[in-house]
Amino acid sequence: MFGFLEKLKKSGVVGMNQRNADFILRYNKRSLYPLVDDKLRTKYLAMASGIAVPELYGVIEIQHDVAGFSNIVRNHEDFVIKPAHGSGGNGICVITGRLNNRYRQSNGDLLTEEEIEYHISNILSGLYSLGGQPDQALIEYRVKFDPLFEAVSYRGVPDIRTIVFRGIPVACMVRLPTRMSDGKANLHQGAVGAGIDLMTGRTTHAIWQNFPIEQHPDTGAAISGLEIPHWHKLLTLAAQCHDLVGLGYLGVDVVLDRELGPLVLELNARPGLSIQIANRRGMSRLLEKIAKMEKIPASAEDRATLGQELFAANQT
Amino acid sequence: MKKLHLFLLTLILCVTGLGLAYYKIAVIGLPLTASEEAQVWNIEARISFRAKSDSAIKVTLPLPLNPAGYSILDEDFVSADYGLAIEQDNSGRVARWAKRRAHGKQLLFYRVVLFENEETARKPDAAPVYPKPPEYPEKLVPVIKGVLDKARQQSADTISFAQRVIEQLNSAASLPELKLLMKHVSRTRNLAKSLSWILAGARIPSRVIRGLRLQDNREYTDLEHFLQVYDGEQWHTLNIRDGREGLPADFIIWQTDDDRFFSIEGASESGIQYSVAKTVQETINIAGFRSAEKGSHLMEFSLYSLPVHTQNVYRVLLMVPLGALVVVFMRNIIGIRTFGTFMPILIAMAFRETELFWGLILFSLIVGLGLLLRAYVEQLKLLLVPRLAAVLTMVVLLMAGVSVIMHKLGFEMGLSVALFPMVIMTMTIERMSLTWEEAGPMEAFKQVSGSLLVAVMGYLAMSISELQYMFFMFPELLLVVLAAILLLGRYSGYRLMELWRFRAFTRNKP
Repeated sequence: MFGFLEKLKKSGVVGMNQRNADFILRYNKRSLYPLVDDKLRTKYLAMASGIAVPELYGVIEIQHDVAGFSNIVRNHEDFVIKPAHGSGGNGICVITGRLNNRYRQSNGDLLTEEEIEYHISNILSGLYSLGGQPDQALIEYRVKFDPLFEAVSYRGVPDIRTIVFRGIPVACMVRLPTRMSDGKANLHQGAVGAGIDLMTGRTTHAIWQNFPIEQHPDTGAAISGLEIPHWHKLLTLAAQCHDLVGLGYLGVDVVLDRELGPLVLELNARPGLSIQIANRRGMSRLLEKIAKMEKIPASAEDRATLGQELFAANQT
Repeated sequence: MKKLHLFLLTLILCVTGLGLAYYKIAVIGLPLTASEEAQVWNIEARISFRAKSDSAIKVTLPLPLNPAGYSILDEDFVSADYGLAIEQDNSGRVARWAKRRAHGKQLLFYRVVLFENEETARKPDAAPVYPKPPEYPEKLVPVIKGVLDKARQQSADTISFAQRVIEQLNSAASLPELKLLMKHVSRTRNLAKSLSWILAGARIPSRVIRGLRLQDNREYTDLEHFLQVYDGEQWHTLNIRDGREGLPADFIIWQTDDDRFFSIEGASESGIQYSVAKTVQETINIAGFRSAEKGSHLMEFSLYSLPVHTQNVYRVLLMVPLGALVVVFMRNIIGIRTFGTFMPILIAMAFRETELFWGLILFSLIVGLGLLLRAYVEQLKLLLVPRLAAVLTMVVLLMAGVSVIMHKLGFEMGLSVALFPMVIMTMTIERMSLTWEEAGPMEAFKQVSGSLLVAVMGYLAMSISELQYMFFMFPELLLVVLAAILLLGRYSGYRLMELWRFRAFTRNKP
């Protein structure tokens, strides 16, 4: 077992305790958390600084407004309902279309308006929020994801998670929904995670349920070697998010929309550690190197380039 | 810097906690384990008499004062409506009961609880005044002179001199020349007093001490007398029957002066009886006494000064930090996921009452039934808070139902189900059903069994009775627990479960 521990240490894997003690507690000021925990605030912040986000159709804040739900979505065939304070993808309801007064969910179920309103009520009463405080429900644009990931996704929207440390992108992975994850892009719920080479924007290894895989478990398509377009632009976008909220250790979730390009979906103050498994590379050395840096470039673009250089240096 | 700060803080906490505990153990003498008990002696003086109806009653009883080798733990007087005054000076103590009028048979009690305490060995006395030879009655002068001369010839020092005198007086029956002396002695005073009187003729300082042999379940009608003689350096105790030196083992000196007596005025048929009994008492009481004796106020502010039922609450509460330490360990070092941070401790506390086996069964029963009902309520599409309230109501009903049914079936343990924290149970049910829906039954079971595992570990830790006693006796040890928690708070190494989670790294990487 100690050999095991030794190996793990050598590979530079950041553990949960180290993440919390050395990075989150040290670089993420508590007072900044609400900026990312409240997706509505993040959205407004992003919109104010010109960062592309999915369009907001409406917000339901109190129980009484739930009745106005059908009004909000009248002009939209498809949309997404999500809790403003949700975590881990819980409480997100994706509607892809309508059929005879019913709403078709991304997993194929048909929901009545009443069922959707119940779901919204649950969101408002804080069922999905951290700590159970009353919440708001956001209704927003449903991302039509880039055909690039068509073959390696099973319903739901794949997104690209980037860890940004002190404004420098450190690691990336693309999260692919599976039948098991029920369209959600969370690894612990069964999504596939694929590491990305920061230099090229090409997918490398993939894991599913903490195990390396080559093909998507539902579609059977090969996962590695997919090249993400506008890669440097995407990294720059992720680096910009650091300026947006000021968190030192940040997870940025970006989706690639077919027409609108990269959109920032949400930010995370406590991003998970599985990204290391997807990349087969521990982050600890890189993070410590950045922690020691005295000067960090001011522009997001330079930081994205710096991140790529550090990544390349760390490969060897 | 932060690390140093933390280490210093934990060091200070440990030193303070352990230091205080050490002080209590070494200096005040608190026992380290609960089972330590010390022998104490209960001595009861029972005074009985018949009151004369026409006169006031005055009862005088000498009391022990700082007896050598013993400490008085407790004493009390049972004297109904008698006036009681206790007089004390350097040489002794006396209780005086008084009543203007009484009828019939009267009983007075004095009870003292003693424990052996080597620290109260007698302080050296100041050298006594050498007595002048008393003026003996004329006809006794030659007899006493004869006794003293004979003793002087056969002795080497003060002690052996006194011993010879004692021997002569005890064998007076076979010595006809002492007959007159014995007659005088037996008429006026007791033997010890007479010995002292005769020794004064040789200018040897002597005194009479009285006391009781401490033997379990013994009764005495009088105190036993010993003679002490002073040899120029210290007092030596001599047996007045055979002249042997030294006090018997387990002997308590009741009084060291001659001039106080047990006496009763205004009564007839008076008598006194001393009874001795041995009992055991938890050392803690004695320690409390000792700390007071040393002028330390530590024990006055200990948890033992609280009312008993509050004490019992604290016995449980003081164990909670230990449970918290277990939770911290299980979550941050092992990496076990639980429902809610401290839910396992609360469950563990309920286990204390239900016992582990029944606790697990009852918990599973309530949560299982609760989940079924929760699944039904789910269909009604209730809002969160009313739904929680509904589940809470059901949990209470379930608990009541389980109690009644188990009671009817003859399982009395079922009754203790009421001790489960029902709000916690409700939250557990709610969170479990959410986890079930969102992450699947596997994850839900993983978390609930994780919670139960931590609860069981916490229970096992909290029910170590030695630790329970230690934390109650030495609450400052919680500072050490706090230090351990603080240290764990900066542990940034891997969790045990992460070795499994990141196993892919150890397989493929060089």
